[in-house]
Amino acid sequence: MAMKTRTIIYSIKQGIKGSWRNRMMSIASITSIASVLMILGIVFMIVININSFSEITKGQFDTIQLDLEDDLSDGDMQNIGKSVKSIDGVKSVYFLSKEKALDNMKKKWGENGYLLEGLQKNPLPNSYVVELMDMRYADEVVKRVKGLQGLEEVRYYKDLVEKILKITDFIRLAGLIVIGVLILISMFVVANTIKLTVIARKKEIGIMKYVGATNWFIRCPFMIEGMILGVMGSAIAIGVISFGYKYVFDLITQKVYVMIAVYMVPAPVFIKSIAIIIAVLGIGIGVLGSIISMRKFLRV
Amino acid sequence: MIKFLNVTKQYQEDKMALSDMTVNIDRGEFVFLVGPSGSGKSTFIKLLLKEIDPTIGKIKIDGKDITRISQRKIPHLRRKMGVVFQDFRLLQDKTVYENVAFAMAVINTSPKEIRRQVPNVLALVGISDRANMFPHQLSGGEQQRVAIARAIVNNPSVLIADEPTGNLDPETAWETMKLLKQINRRGTTILMATHAKDIVDMMQQRVIAIENGKIVRDDQKGVYGYED
Repeated sequence: MAMKTRTIIYSIKQGIKGSWRNRMMSIASITSIASVLMILGIVFMIVININSFSEITKGQFDTIQLDLEDDLSDGDMQNIGKSVKSIDGVKSVYFLSKEKALDNMKKKWGENGYLLEGLQKNPLPNSYVVELMDMRYADEVVKRVKGLQGLEEVRYYKDLVEKILKITDFIRLAGLIVIGVLILISMFVVANTIKLTVIARKKEIGIMKYVGATNWFIRCPFMIEGMILGVMGSAIAIGVISFGYKYVFDLITQKVYVMIAVYMVPAPVFIKSIAIIIAVLGIGIGVLGSIISMRKFLRV
Repeated sequence: MIKFLNVTKQYQEDKMALSDMTVNIDRGEFVFLVGPSGSGKSTFIKLLLKEIDPTIGKIKIDGKDITRISQRKIPHLRRKMGVVFQDFRLLQDKTVYENVAFAMAVINTSPKEIRRQVPNVLALVGISDRANMFPHQLSGGEQQRVAIARAIVNNPSVLIADEPTGNLDPETAWETMKLLKQINRRGTTILMATHAKDIVDMMQQRVIAIENGKIVRDDQKGVYGYED
């Protein structure tokens, strides 16, 4: 145990020495790692919020709205309601009068609701809101409903939901590819930085090998050096991303966009998960970079 | 102690560095390895240090076939051997003391043991008064003593010296040889590759001559035997 502690202390000393010796390259590596991780943070922020947005909207748009023609009698309307209710997969049907619809709209517009006061005639139709037992009945129900008389329009948001999901998937994939490429690049920047230390200590490494130091003992300081670069890059990225997200979130919450804030992941939740991801990746980049830089030198 | 059994080393198809070499070196021997440049001396030393592996044959050290040990065990094999080079290979930014201590530290020796052992070895090679100097402040002979101190500080059973006197003037070379002989008397096996005719002729030790990868001569109390 005492042996291990000594090795670790020695490695940390050498690691700090190494990263200090090549200050400029170390700064370049740290900047590279930090940039990659910040971009990762931004992509992650976008993806996680789109995810949250699509989860919420999926729930909201899980209904089919049937707009009725304007000149129908009460009897006609009731008949349509009954027919719809008898379709397989329909859980419930409720009537939304044009007056109630306008009311809802006023509420939704909030402070700007007064704009609707001046209307001479209510432009909204009477409608039925159809709730489904499950999303998979949607297409069948829509097809059946469209065969009914007296409907002006069938409004249904499955397409919208699917579009959102598709966009989310695309952003997620594109983000992953961009991040993957950037991680590789920063790993090689780190590898090149540490290679400078390896070259500076080539003679020392040679002597270590001849007197029988183990490969782990030789490798350890360089891994620590990589880790130092990774930790510093991560710290910068975590700082910038948490501060940035909190700023944007507060801005959105406090200003007029309250509507959007509902869809956003709260700052503490986001910061906690992104911090872990950034730290793990940053240290990983540092250590892997150092291993790459030593591959050639450690033979013999 | 060191046994080569039908060892052949081929770097390329047509070039045989060592061919079917069998030789036995006992514990405590002092052996000169002579021969023209490119005869196979360096290959012999590299095989011993397991920097390279033979194409065919076995190499046994202390009865163990080192051609069959795993990569991970190589450091432990090397702790049985100390190496000295023609160009000394000292770390310029470390003092004499630190150069020697370094060899102990990197194989995880305790600081207490290092503090005990380094002065002993510096005294043995006769450079105690230079302990706090840097290599560039020392003469060639003194630097080679530091290198020898570093090679023996971990108590290896074999000391391999590759042209140790190559960069030294004759007088200093003799001082170095006396030191090696003294170390040999303490029981350390010494294997020295050299081109120094005078030294080999005077020392009256075992001489193994290699040419074209083959042993052409192996005499107890031999002479150098070449005219260069």
